[in-house]
Amino acid sequence: MEKIIEVQHLSKSFGTNEVLKDINFSVSKGEVVCIIGSSGSGKSTLLRCINLLEKPSGGNILYKGVNILDDKHDIFAYRTKMGMVFQQFNLFNNHNVLGNCMVGQIKVLKRSKEEARRIAMNYLKVVGMDQYVNAKPKQLSGGQKQRVAIARALSMEPDVMLFDEPTSALDPEMVGEVLKVMKKLAEAGLTMLIVTHEMEFAREVADRVVFMDKGVIEEEGPPEQIFNNPVKERTREFLKRTLEKM
Amino acid sequence: MSLEWIVKIATRYWPMFLRGAGVTLYISIIGTVMGFIIGIIVGVIRTIPIPDKLYKKIILKSINAVLTTYVEVFRGTPMIVQAMVIYYGTIMTFGIDVNRMFAGIFIVSINTGAYMAEIVRGGIISVDKGQFEAAHAIGMNHFQTMAYVVLPQAIRNILPATGNEFVINIKDTSVLNVISVTELYFQTSSVAGINFRFFEAFFIASVIYFIMTFTVTRILRYIEKKLDGPENYTMYTEHLAEETAETAGRQI
Ligand SMILES: Nc1ncnc2c1ncn2[C@@H]1O[C@H](COP(=O)(O)OP(=O)(O)O)[C@@H](O)[C@H]1O
Ligand SMILES: [Mg+2]
Repeated sequence: MEKIIEVQHLSKSFGTNEVLKDINFSVSKGEVVCIIGSSGSGKSTLLRCINLLEKPSGGNILYKGVNILDDKHDIFAYRTKMGMVFQQFNLFNNHNVLGNCMVGQIKVLKRSKEEARRIAMNYLKVVGMDQYVNAKPKQLSGGQKQRVAIARALSMEPDVMLFDEPTSALDPEMVGEVLKVMKKLAEAGLTMLIVTHEMEFAREVADRVVFMDKGVIEEEGPPEQIFNNPVKERTREFLKRTLEKM
Repeated sequence: MSLEWIVKIATRYWPMFLRGAGVTLYISIIGTVMGFIIGIIVGVIRTIPIPDKLYKKIILKSINAVLTTYVEVFRGTPMIVQAMVIYYGTIMTFGIDVNRMFAGIFIVSINTGAYMAEIVRGGIISVDKGQFEAAHAIGMNHFQTMAYVVLPQAIRNILPATGNEFVINIKDTSVLNVISVTELYFQTSSVAGINFRFFEAFFIASVIYFIMTFTVTRILRYIEKKLDGPENYTMYTEHLAEETAETAGRQI
């Protein structure tokens, strides 16, 4: 399988706080990888390093075999290949729903307005938000915002979608609608890297689950292994704690 | 009696007052608009993230140092003094007679620019960090992020402060009389001098100043409300398709 992202010996420190330590893992085309782990273990930082919102302190990140940390690499072009969905949605407040899905296409990818509109409408349909093109972000519910945020990322037609706890800021009754959309994308063969606390979802959708603890990848494997027969003690503890809460 | 004199002066010299008010408004509007543009440019430059490469870092830091000096100097000295220094300084240095109107507009512009720079920077910083991140995440660079995401929001937030600068300028252009710009204060002085009726002439001037600032304040308040847009959205249906797409296109 073609590896799209390959992370090698990645480390990241904020001052003296070493948040990521020697992270190695990869994502292949069409794969759905879920990252789980307790709060503060470095999951967001890892995702943010992958699209260079944070600058790694050491190691390499290869995108289709090319090191993106190389000075000459065009990070803006690279970022268009990584669709990012944030916990807090971060829809552009000055644009309506359609504008959110068009502005990047037009200004960054230099697509024509007609093409951008067509593509945006297409993905808004995928997430079931095509009826709300006129709405401003503040007029939408959390679940609707997150679905628009997903459509915005998809409209750039990225190679990989990165999700950072996309349902954590949602009221419980809205979690389902977002997970449903994500499941649909997974089934369509999209490459996805998802940080999540939704264990049921991870078990069902993931091809591979990565468990992070204190800045290292403690264990990774197919969901059956991680959830049913975890090898590491820490994984077992984490799952026990998490599942008890549910 | 005073009232008689007020009426008399107003009816006889209204063209002078009107011309003075016109010049005051003209300089204030252009000065505020130019100052706003200067403020945006300075504000955007001063929020560029510090680059990694050493030479780029040095260039950016030097530019920032110049801009900071500009802002501090013009905020830290009175405009009346700036007017004298710039006007007579230019004449002395270049030995040419500078157009007074141009000098007046120039002074108000850079003075307003210094204040607006700080206001814009505050406006940019007050925009949620997530907006920057989302813009970066879809591949926008600093200037695209500013132009299409952050500034529209920042400008909306600083509109009241900008209106305030405009009102201040209407009042403060009066200091330009020291370089004989024929704005309202200068004209009023002339009228007063002709009749030795200072109270009456300046009373009329104060009424005119107040009408100008009050009207401008109301207009700006109205514009702010308009910019906030309607509270509700319309659902997308087929016959709305064209219109909707068009509005979205215009937005961008
Ligand atoms: N910008 C930052 N500056 C300093 N420390 C940070 C920053 N971002 C994250 N951290 C720290 O890094 C650690 C990992 O955070 P994060 O990646 O957000 O964890 P997770 O997403 O797994 O909850 C935490 O201890 C957090 O305080
Ligand atoms: Mg996190």
